[in-house]
Amino acid sequence: MRTQILRFSLCAATLAVGRAALFAAPPAPLHVVTTTADLASLAREVGGDRIEVAALANPTQDPHQVDPKPSFILQVNRADLLIAVGRELEIGWLPPLTTSARNAKVQPGGPGYLDASTNVKILEIPTGQITRAMGDVHPQGNPHYWLDPANGRIIARAIKDKFSELRPADKAYFEQRYAQFDTRLAAAEKKWDAMLAPYRGAKLVTYHRSWPNFMERWGLNVMGYVEPKPGIPASPSHIIELIEDMKRQNVKLIVMEPYFSSKTPDSIAARVGGSVIVLAPSVGAVKEAGDYIQLFDYNIGKLTDALKLAAGR
Amino acid sequence: MARVRVRVSTGVLLLAGIVAAPALAGAQQPQSPPPAAAAASPAQVTQVREELERLRLEFEALRRTYDERLRQLEQRLIQIGGGPMALTPPATPTSPPDPQQAPPPPQQQTDPAIVQPGPAQQPAGSSKVFNPDISVNGNFVGAAGRNQFATLSPMQLSEVEAAFQAIVDPYARADFFVAVGPDGAEVEEGYITFTSLPANLLLKAGKLRANFGKMNTLHTHALPSVDRPLVTENLVGGDEGFADAGMSLSHLINNPVVYLELTGEVFAGLSDVFHSVKRSELTYVGRVRGYHDLNDASNIDVGASFAYGPSTIDLPPPLLTGLEPAPIIQAAGMNKRMAAIDATFRYRPPSRAIYQRLNVRTEFIWSRQELPEQAFESAFGMYASGEYQFARRWYIGGRYDRSGRTLDGDAIDTGGSAFLTFWPTEFSQIRGQFRRINFAEGAKANEFLFQFNFTIGAHGAHVF
Repeated sequence: MRTQILRFSLCAATLAVGRAALFAAPPAPLHVVTTTADLASLAREVGGDRIEVAALANPTQDPHQVDPKPSFILQVNRADLLIAVGRELEIGWLPPLTTSARNAKVQPGGPGYLDASTNVKILEIPTGQITRAMGDVHPQGNPHYWLDPANGRIIARAIKDKFSELRPADKAYFEQRYAQFDTRLAAAEKKWDAMLAPYRGAKLVTYHRSWPNFMERWGLNVMGYVEPKPGIPASPSHIIELIEDMKRQNVKLIVMEPYFSSKTPDSIAARVGGSVIVLAPSVGAVKEAGDYIQLFDYNIGKLTDALKLAAGR
Repeated sequence: MARVRVRVSTGVLLLAGIVAAPALAGAQQPQSPPPAAAAASPAQVTQVREELERLRLEFEALRRTYDERLRQLEQRLIQIGGGPMALTPPATPTSPPDPQQAPPPPQQQTDPAIVQPGPAQQPAGSSKVFNPDISVNGNFVGAAGRNQFATLSPMQLSEVEAAFQAIVDPYARADFFVAVGPDGAEVEEGYITFTSLPANLLLKAGKLRANFGKMNTLHTHALPSVDRPLVTENLVGGDEGFADAGMSLSHLINNPVVYLELTGEVFAGLSDVFHSVKRSELTYVGRVRGYHDLNDASNIDVGASFAYGPSTIDLPPPLLTGLEPAPIIQAAGMNKRMAAIDATFRYRPPSRAIYQRLNVRTEFIWSRQELPEQAFESAFGMYASGEYQFARRWYIGGRYDRSGRTLDGDAIDTGGSAFLTFWPTEFSQIRGQFRRINFAEGAKANEFLFQFNFTIGAHGAHVF
């Protein structure tokens, strides 16, 4: 009798444990909101299926010119973690969102707020007196830093550390995902380095100052900008000056972002016998740039084709 | 580093001695040459020159050595303290496969005030980092044309608004807007916002623009036109608007379908719209706001507002008082109810957001004002406006106005405006507006208004 009771108890306990194991609800995924699609892609690389991630700014849009829409407030309200590019890229639209989000976690300085720019290499940090006469200059440096894969790696590492801090139980998972991403990125970087090595030192023009990290990384020389100053449309005198400079230095290539009008770059290119290419400044800006690595695959592929063509002119 | 500094200092002193010696000698020579120098033989002069040349060469060698050592030390400091380069794993070479054939790294075009490689983190040692974001907006307006009820001068700096905004602590932020105009200075708004409350609540306390309708919440520099709609002038306090000391508590109903926000506010009753003479008589405002993205480019924003509170009204002067001017008689504690609905449609395609946008807005406002002897006066007003951005810096817009008056609902003023705005940058705008008003009395006004609006200081939030 005692044995039967013991067996019954053992069976019941086993069933109970098994049921608990079978039907226990898995921990809810970490709700991550990023300001841009690039940060969302990096978060996805590290977070895998343990996170749900959404980007606020549309990747086809100029990230400076985003409206603080109430639908964004809903997303930030639900977030466990908010990741921002920082360096005042989102200064016109993120502060009203965090203020109205009613979410203590994601307030600047809170446990669920990550400024992705903290440890990356930032270029074009102004020194001395700066004024608005210099255009829409960013006092904390150029915020388009994600366009260097070395910075992408640093951002991914910061995201991995933040995920591990918020979900310590999944730390090993995030570490493994990060290591896999790191390996894939390193392999891709070797390929990109080889593709662009023949063009090191090549001169080109860009529309906006979106590409300093990208160009420095691969030793390309931006000799001028379509915008005379950041955020300021080109004046006729600036265009004439730029055309003369391009002719003098035999520069044939203009790189622009998809959200600018191609009218001015096209007319400049026509005058110098050059060409204009539209690169993707963000993941998702074109369908081929579906994730962070594909972003560089697309841009470097398109850029090398254009540089090859320009060299042949 | 201390040893290096001592040696460099020694070198500098030596150089100073070499440079200064002939200069001093030259300076003294015309006055009274020292006997020793005067008596020096050519051989001695040659010896001194040789000694000086030897010292110069030694100094040059020393300088080159220390320049090289300083350069190496600076590089090591960057590697140790700069962070980003040291963090880059060696598995990701940035140099080309064959550096022998590659040209030297190019120098990108830079502004004089911009340095290329910067520190990874900003120093935070100064107390100035805690200063609030400060901006100052100037609103210079002018008017030409005919308006017998004119309130605008030919030209005036109608308002200078200084904004001070910062995070107070981990739980709250504060915003102050101090407006200075021809009538003096006042705190237009000044409030604390508690951002970390539970249950999706947001609490504001201080002096605020009431969440009544849409136009009332907008500051002057955020308006799409030079003036405010007639209904705002007639029923909601004009430029100063319905702003009062009070508290605002709003709740966000988070759901996957629509943005839904409920707001309840209580005010002391110190504004022109609602005015209380008793501490126990407060003004109450309620608002429901719904917002929905129709797609990536367009969205709709609707709201319904209600306000209730005491008011003080000016009564018509009694006849045959025999006094000039006639005394103003006020009636206090008159209850007032107001209601409003508003709707805004926005279109801004993301990929063309710099060049194209459309905002269409309308607002309907009802007022029911208690008069002495249990009488009530009802008034209604509305406007419908639209603005379209047709180029990177250009907007065109128009507005239709129709409004009764708080104390005379049957006195209907109507009007229409067309405006054109040039935005050189986010920080300045130049606007012209043609305005026509048909006053209830039969008078007509045809005016041209112009505006220069400009902001210095911190970058504020985009108007939405």
